[in-house]
Amino acid sequence: MNNLVILPILIPFLMGVILIFTNKRLSVSRTISVLTALAMLASASYLTYVVYTDGIMALELGNWEAPFGIVLVGDLLSSSLVAVSSLLAVSTLFFIFQTFDEEREKAYFYPFFFFLMTGVNGSFLTGDLFNLFVFFEVMLLSSFILISMGGKKSQLSESLKYVIINTVSSLVFIIGIAYLYAVTGTLNMADLSVKVAELGQEGVLNVIALVFLFIFGVKSALFPLYYWLPKSYVEPPTAIAALFGGLLTKVGVYTILRTYTLIFNQSSEIYFILIVLGGLTMFIGVLGAVSQFDFKRILSVHIVSQVGYMIMGIGINSTIAIAGVFYFLIHNIIVKSALFFFAGATEKVTGTSHLKKMSGLLKTHPYLGWTFFIAAISLAGIPPLSGFVGKFILIVAGFMEGNYFVIAVSLATGLLTLFSMMKIFMTSFWGEVKLPKPEAENVKVGSLIAPIVPLLIFTIVLGVAAEPFYQFSLELAEQIINPEHYVNSVLKE
Amino acid sequence: MEIIMIIAVGVIFSVATYMLLTKSLLRVILGVMLLSHGAHLLFLTMSGLKQGAPPLLGEEAASYSDPLPQALILTAIVISFGVTAFLLVLAYRTYKVHQTDDLEKLRGTADE
Repeated sequence: MNNLVILPILIPFLMGVILIFTNKRLSVSRTISVLTALAMLASASYLTYVVYTDGIMALELGNWEAPFGIVLVGDLLSSSLVAVSSLLAVSTLFFIFQTFDEEREKAYFYPFFFFLMTGVNGSFLTGDLFNLFVFFEVMLLSSFILISMGGKKSQLSESLKYVIINTVSSLVFIIGIAYLYAVTGTLNMADLSVKVAELGQEGVLNVIALVFLFIFGVKSALFPLYYWLPKSYVEPPTAIAALFGGLLTKVGVYTILRTYTLIFNQSSEIYFILIVLGGLTMFIGVLGAVSQFDFKRILSVHIVSQVGYMIMGIGINSTIAIAGVFYFLIHNIIVKSALFFFAGATEKVTGTSHLKKMSGLLKTHPYLGWTFFIAAISLAGIPPLSGFVGKFILIVAGFMEGNYFVIAVSLATGLLTLFSMMKIFMTSFWGEVKLPKPEAENVKVGSLIAPIVPLLIFTIVLGVAAEPFYQFSLELAEQIINPEHYVNSVLKE
Repeated sequence: MEIIMIIAVGVIFSVATYMLLTKSLLRVILGVMLLSHGAHLLFLTMSGLKQGAPPLLGEEAASYSDPLPQALILTAIVISFGVTAFLLVLAYRTYKVHQTDDLEKLRGTADE
């Protein structure tokens, strides 16, 4: 039964290998891809269900007992994140069928798509720090290939920076692991949690905690390490940008959440640093978005700002705050990708992503306009959509812990987010019809919107039916804030 | 022995950092490679150096080295080999398309 944990990693990996061989036959590749993504979604949802009913599930690979071998751990947080990312993978695939040209699809796109998913799911599920590094590398190497695929001039120079920055941060990851191994003599996360608590998190362990904050800060685009993100997410095709914007930075946030609740959970200074970094990240990120006039660039700068909210929640570190972080994480994966899809759809219709070159899209393509409107106000946090609930929980948690200043910053950020989203809506969708291409009026958008609709339904359901989801998040946060649950189920004490 | 290794690692890190900050693309990549070697050496040193003790634990063994860091370093070496290969190809392609390896000239994007 415990073998269920490995399925979300194994399915995309094996099918990715098979897809290498069917590369030249496009229809076969597409069918296999959709089936694989659905299988991934099904296994991840079932895993979440089983974890919800039976408690945390740990699998010792090769039957090596827990602190010595590698363990995969499915708790509520990791399994539900795997489920949501699989849902995103399904949507992305259908969007890719609509927007990609054949040449790109035949350039071994699908195998790398699934290797990326292997890395993402693996990072969520692993319970070993070095194994996390390996899955990070699997994910990053696939993302390097997906981001540079196509080889436009500007794309190459941007992806070069992306690759170098991420490689350097991975090397620092090895250094951090080396220090931690020297101090504690273990790399199993549950065992680390016990050892760090025994040693008391002081002196060198705090330094190591900050080394890890640097590494995960680069991956999740924290202030002041975010400058690589906006440009490198603008260059690749929108479907890929949507997948990256939805998932890759969130993997970084997940690792921060995991490390600072499970392993380095003793020092209040680190939580204070997290709150400060979160506040700075969200505010500076949103200022970047306000000054931009490019659809995709606004969205990618917004990724930075939204990461700030989650880091703030992790820094507040109470049960309600963690529940809010989870709610916001799920909301953000879904809505951010949906918005990127809309950027892709408008680009497909008009041929540009510059806001000032198009207006009046609402008259020619009303469905596109109004569905975009739902996603935009959900990101800005207007009730009754999921963004409102996520922010509301975080803000209530902040008030309860007395972090008034950062709450004020986050409310101001919310206002500016609304402003930048409405800027997109007012300049491109309102006004006189002005399109760069005259034939744009007749482009059919139905098939472009269809893959986005499930994501929109998800954000509406997450907002309207907030009560059951909030109960689920609270239960999850209870598991996170008390690491004993995790430790006991891994070490079987 | 550890002291010498740590000094060697420090020298490698400082050279790598210097290389990473230069303008030439090839030197940046060399910096990344050096940094990876430094990280692996550091890992080896951090787990404790021992002379004359194999990483095998037999029933008769009086002393043994910790085999785990060696296994981990081996994995890390393979990964950094793959990443370096990809990085070199990407750099070569960028050089071909842009006709320059000067990072100053690779700044900014087309529409700025």
